[in-house]
Amino acid sequence: MLKVDGVDVFYGDMQVLWEVSLTVGDAEIVALLGSNGAGKSTTIKTVSGLLKPQAGQIEFDGVRLDQIPANRIIHNGIAHVPEGRRLFTEMTVEENLIMGSLRPEAKRARTETMGWVYDLFPRLRERRKQPAGTLSGGEQQMAAIGRGLMAKPKLLLLDEPSLGLSPLLAMEIFRIVKVINDAGVAVLLVEQNVKRSLAICHRAYVLENGRMTLSGTGAELSANEKVKEAYLGI
Amino acid sequence: MTVNRGIVAQIAVLAALAVIPLVVHNDYYLHLLILALMWVVIGSAWNLLAGYTGQVSFGDAAFFGTGAYTAGLLVIHWGWSAWWGLFFGGIMAVVIAFPFGWICFRLRGAYFALATLALNEVLRHVATIWESFTQGMVGIMIMQSYISKLPYYYIALALAALSIIIIRLVMRSRLGYYFLSIREDQDAAESLGVNTHFYKMLSLVIAAWLTGVAGALYMNYMGFIDPHVVFSLHDISIMAILVGIVGGVGTTYGPAVGAFIMVLVQEMFRTAGFGYIKAAAKFTDVQFLISASEQLTKGHALGFGILVVLVIRYMPNGVVGDWGKLMIALRLQKTGRAK
Repeated sequence: MLKVDGVDVFYGDMQVLWEVSLTVGDAEIVALLGSNGAGKSTTIKTVSGLLKPQAGQIEFDGVRLDQIPANRIIHNGIAHVPEGRRLFTEMTVEENLIMGSLRPEAKRARTETMGWVYDLFPRLRERRKQPAGTLSGGEQQMAAIGRGLMAKPKLLLLDEPSLGLSPLLAMEIFRIVKVINDAGVAVLLVEQNVKRSLAICHRAYVLENGRMTLSGTGAELSANEKVKEAYLGI
Repeated sequence: MTVNRGIVAQIAVLAALAVIPLVVHNDYYLHLLILALMWVVIGSAWNLLAGYTGQVSFGDAAFFGTGAYTAGLLVIHWGWSAWWGLFFGGIMAVVIAFPFGWICFRLRGAYFALATLALNEVLRHVATIWESFTQGMVGIMIMQSYISKLPYYYIALALAALSIIIIRLVMRSRLGYYFLSIREDQDAAESLGVNTHFYKMLSLVIAAWLTGVAGALYMNYMGFIDPHVVFSLHDISIMAILVGIVGGVGTTYGPAVGAFIMVLVQEMFRTAGFGYIKAAAKFTDVQFLISASEQLTKGHALGFGILVVLVIRYMPNGVVGDWGKLMIALRLQKTGRAK
């Protein structure tokens, strides 16, 4: 479904990704792992069009994503839940969700999707009239994921959803990711929490210094000596 | 219920403003009111772009001056009535704003603000240097259509009401959400499918149009413009920011309240306490009062600076945005005194 092929990305003159390739299949959870500064977020931003690759191509259901502006990407069924939630803090939770459903297909189904999101995150229903900036960190993450889901995406890009959350909340987020995936949404998950990610994902890639170094199923990578040593600390 | 009360209050304010010139026959006060109403238009426009869309402009004078010069040039070159300026002035401001925004909206935050500042300066120099077309520093003088201030007052009032209605309609529509989302987080808005470049352009075009119309009204009303008046950085561009900040950034009525406050403050400094200090000085012949009245006039820019510092320190959301806070503070003071 998503095919990233040999992508080079630069910030100004500085190259940060070298020939990065990955694929995400239908209804798959794919984890993108790596340490700080490895290029995980850069990869996800390139898929969602906020950064443009200098070489290589990105294809989604036969559409070249690297050739269309960022605001058209969502029309192809890809929603980006950015790192650090990036909610519209002075809008209410509900307004934030509405902002997630701008593409026509999503707009038509707005009420249903919103009902689904509220069922996934009952806390959001309680707080729907509250400015998003007044939510706790965990609630904001839920709102950010909810806003992404409002687009009725085929592929959800999740950038560090457990960042800054308590272990209990982080577990809840991982559980929800699984639920979302069970509903048929593919997920490209960027995470620092390698253990949990490998537990829920179908496949995973490891990025190091802007290059793909490893890939395999969750179980394979969990058993890999290098991954064990570098990321799992065993 | 609250909505109804809001509408009633608005109609009451509008009615009061419409009746004032029938009661107040003093040309001086009417003059101040006309200026204040003109500033409602400019301040609202600035607020749409900076307060709601988050694109701070330091160069509103570019659009104001363009509108004013359009009106003036129509008279001296083509012999049209300067009133056509109300129509063409807004359009010409948009013509300037469009390519500017197209190129400069790639810049964000402070960099965009600096670009607007540059636009302001470039246009002022063009108006100064291109003497064969604009008459340079000599400026443009036209015959005003009316001796009475009444027609100008009602036109300014209509424009002020129109600008507030436009802002309200825009902010209550889908556009309002888009503008706010750009202010809050441009990247997030973009990845949710908002064409941020397009909506920033739209916000700029509406703001430029309103500011240009206000400029054309200024030409008609004052009868004289020169580059240093209508393309003035401190008297127009900075004043527009002050109107917005003092009244309340990102509030519907903030710029309207700010306009009246700022015109009053400006006049207070210009005339040294509306001439009262001077009169008192003459009457009592106290040396201190004489020098005070002189210093106050000179300290005009300093006074503005102090005002802005105080507002940002104590009412960062402006008079309208922090109205609740203001009321609480006043009440506390009262009860404190009672004890």
